Amino acid sequence: MYVISRRIGFYVLTAIAAVTVDFFIPRVMPGNPVNAVLAKMQGAVVTKATLHALQVEFGSGTREGIWGQYVHYWGNILHGNLGISTSNGMVPVTTVIRGALPWTLGLVGTATVLSFILGTLLGVLVAWRRGSWLDTLLPATTFFQAAPYFFLAFLAIDLFAIKLGWFPAGSARSTLDFPALNWTYISDVLDHAILPALTIVVASAAGWIVGMRNVMITTMDEDYVLIAQAKGLKKRRVIWYAARNAILPSISGFSLAIGFVVSGALLTEIVFSYPGLGFILLSAVQEADYALLQGIFLVITMAVLIANLAADFVYVFLDPRTRQEA
Amino acid sequence: MAVGSSTDLGATQAADLTPPPPGPRAGRGRLRLPRSPKVLIGLGGLAVFLVLAVIGPWIAPYNPSRAFSTTASFPQPPSAAHLLGTTQQQQDVFSQLLAGGRSTILVAFVAGLLATVLSVLIGVTAGYAAGLADDLLSMLANFFLVMPALPLLIVVFGFLPQSQGGDDVLIGAIIAITGWAFGARVLRAQTLSLRNRDYVESARIIGERGWRIIGFEILPNLIPILASSFLFTVLYGVGTYTALAFLGLVNPNHLSWGGMLFYAQVAGAEQSGYWWLFIPPGLAVALLGTSLALLNFGIDEFINPRLRAAGLSRRRARRDQAAGAARPPRRFVLGMTPVIHSTPLTAVNGAGLKDFPERPGTEPSLLADGRPDASRRWRGRRPQ
Repeated sequence: MYVISRRIGFYVLTAIAAVTVDFFIPRVMPGNPVNAVLAKMQGAVVTKATLHALQVEFGSGTREGIWGQYVHYWGNILHGNLGISTSNGMVPVTTVIRGALPWTLGLVGTATVLSFILGTLLGVLVAWRRGSWLDTLLPATTFFQAAPYFFLAFLAIDLFAIKLGWFPAGSARSTLDFPALNWTYISDVLDHAILPALTIVVASAAGWIVGMRNVMITTMDEDYVLIAQAKGLKKRRVIWYAARNAILPSISGFSLAIGFVVSGALLTEIVFSYPGLGFILLSAVQEADYALLQGIFLVITMAVLIANLAADFVYVFLDPRTRQEA
Repeated sequence: MAVGSSTDLGATQAADLTPPPPGPRAGRGRLRLPRSPKVLIGLGGLAVFLVLAVIGPWIAPYNPSRAFSTTASFPQPPSAAHLLGTTQQQQDVFSQLLAGGRSTILVAFVAGLLATVLSVLIGVTAGYAAGLADDLLSMLANFFLVMPALPLLIVVFGFLPQSQGGDDVLIGAIIAITGWAFGARVLRAQTLSLRNRDYVESARIIGERGWRIIGFEILPNLIPILASSFLFTVLYGVGTYTALAFLGLVNPNHLSWGGMLFYAQVAGAEQSGYWWLFIPPGLAVALLGTSLALLNFGIDEFINPRLRAAGLSRRRARRDQAAGAARPPRRFVLGMTPVIHSTPLTAVNGAGLKDFPERPGTEPSLLADGRPDASRRWRGRRPQ
C-alpha cells in the first residue's frame, strides 16, 4: 500500500504542476493573448463582461497580483470552470469538451488496448522465433511507427475509403441527430470508428512489439526458462512462463507510451474529422481560442495521469516484489 | 537446449572456431556498431537526409514558393515540368520537398542536441550525487515523462506570436524541453550502476575531483546510451515538429515537411485523391524516422548483444556449411553461432539420443532456435 500511496502522491503533484504550467504559459509567453483573441473575434459583439473575463483569464489588465491570480485560477478549476470558448459562441469550455470527450475516450481507449495486446503477442512471437522470417516484421513496423500517425491516416483514407470505398472517409456517424440506441446506430458508429482505430493500432503496435521482443529475449536466457524446457514442458507452457515475466517492463513503460499514443491519436482524429478532442483542438488553434486550448491540455493531462495510475495499479498487482518494499 | 556444450560431443562441429582477425577499427573505446543490414541502411539513409538538408534548397529546380499559374485552382498532378505536381497555390511540390528538409532536420537535431545535453546534466548528476538531489531531479524527470508532451507544446506554440513561429533554433529548443526526460532517466540508471564500480571507487580514493570522475571515468562508458538517447530524441523531434507544423502552429510560410502536410490537409488532399500533396512529405518524414530508428536498433544491439539476430538462423549456417571453404569464415560468437551436426548424434554414455526428449520439429542442436545454454552466463559482456 505504501507503493500505491506514493504513486498517487506523485500523480497528484504532477497534476498540480500541470495546472500551474497551464496558468503560467499565457503569462510568460511574449505577445498579448487578449488582443489576439479579440482580433479573431472580429464582428462579434464584445461586451465589457467578456473583455473582463478574458483579462482575468490571461492576467492582463487586472490589479490582482500574480499570487492572487493563481489562487483565483485554482478556484475556477476546482469549480469546474475552465473559461469560455470564444470560437464556439461563448459556450463554457467544459461544455465543448464534454461533447467531444466520449468520442476520443472510445476511439483512443479501444485502439490503445488493442494495440497493446496485439503488439505484446507479436513481440513474444518474434522473440521466440528469432532468426526466422518474423525478424523482417521489425523493420516493417518500425516504418509504421516512424511515419507520423496522421500521414498513415491520409494513406488509409485515400486507399480504403476513397479508392476502395470500404469505410466512410470521415466523421463519427452518418446522421447528426441521435436516434434510439439501436443496432443501426451502433453499427454505423463502429463502421466509422474502424478505420481511425486501425490507423492508431498499426502506428502504435510497433513500440510494444519491439519493447516486448527485447525483454522477452533477455528473459529467455533465464534459468527458469531453461529448466521449464529441460523438464519437457509444452512449448506453449514455456512461452507463457517467460512472457508473464517479460511483460512487466512493458507495463511500466506504459507511462512513456501512452502520451505518444494519445498525441498521435489526436492528430489522427483531425485527418478523419472525427469529432473528438483532436478535432476541437484544431479549431481552437485556428481560432486562437486559448481557453479551449488550455482546457483540452488539462483534460488530456488528467486522462493520461489516470491511465498511468491504472497501469501502476496493475503493475503492483502483477509483481509481488513491489508490494514487499517497505 | 543444453545437451552439454562442452567438448564431450565429438560430432559437434561449430562452423568455424578460428577467432576473427582484429579489424582495423577494433581500437579500444571506439563505438563498433554491429554491421548488420539494419545499421547500414540506417546510416546510409541518415547520410542522404543530412546531405539533402544542406544542399536541398540549392538543388531545388524552382523557387518553392513561386506560383506557376494564376488560373488553375486545383493542384496539378505530376508532369514533366513538375515532377511531383503542384500544390493548391500552384507551387512546385518537388522543390518544396527538397527545400523543406532543411528546417525539419535542423529542428530535429537542435532538439536532439539540447535535450541530450540536458539529460546528461540532469541524469548523470542525479545518478552520481544520490540523496536528496537525486530525488528532486528524478522527480523533475518523471514530471516531464508523464506529462503528455504534444498537448503541452500545442499550448506553448498557441501562445507564441506568429512572428517567432518560424525560428528553427527556438522551435528546437522548445521541443528539447519536453524531450530530455527519457534520456535522463536511462542515464541516471546507468550512472547509478557505474558509480560504485571499482575503477570509479579507486579514482575517488586517489582524490580525483567529482567533475573529473564524471567526465573521464563515467561519461565514456555512457556513450552508447548517450548515442541511443540522442537518436531517440532526434526521432522525437522529427515527429513533434512535423505534428506542430501540421497543426499550423508553426508559421505556415516557413517551409517544412510538416507544413506541406498542413497545406495538403487544407486542400482536402486525402478526400480528393491529390496523393502527390501528402505522400512525398509524409514518406520523407517516415523514411527519416526509419533511418534513425534502425540506427538505434544497431546501438541497442551493441549495448545488449543478446538482441542480435544476425548469424542465428540455422538455415544460413547450413548454407554456409554446404558452400564449404568458398565462403569467408564465419565469425564465431560464443553461444550465438548456430551449430550443425554433420553426423547424427550417437550414444552418449551408453544412452541413446532418444532418451533425451527433443521438442518436436527440431533436430539435435546445441542451440535449437538459438536458445541459450547455461554455459553462456558471461555473454552480457561487451564483445571486444
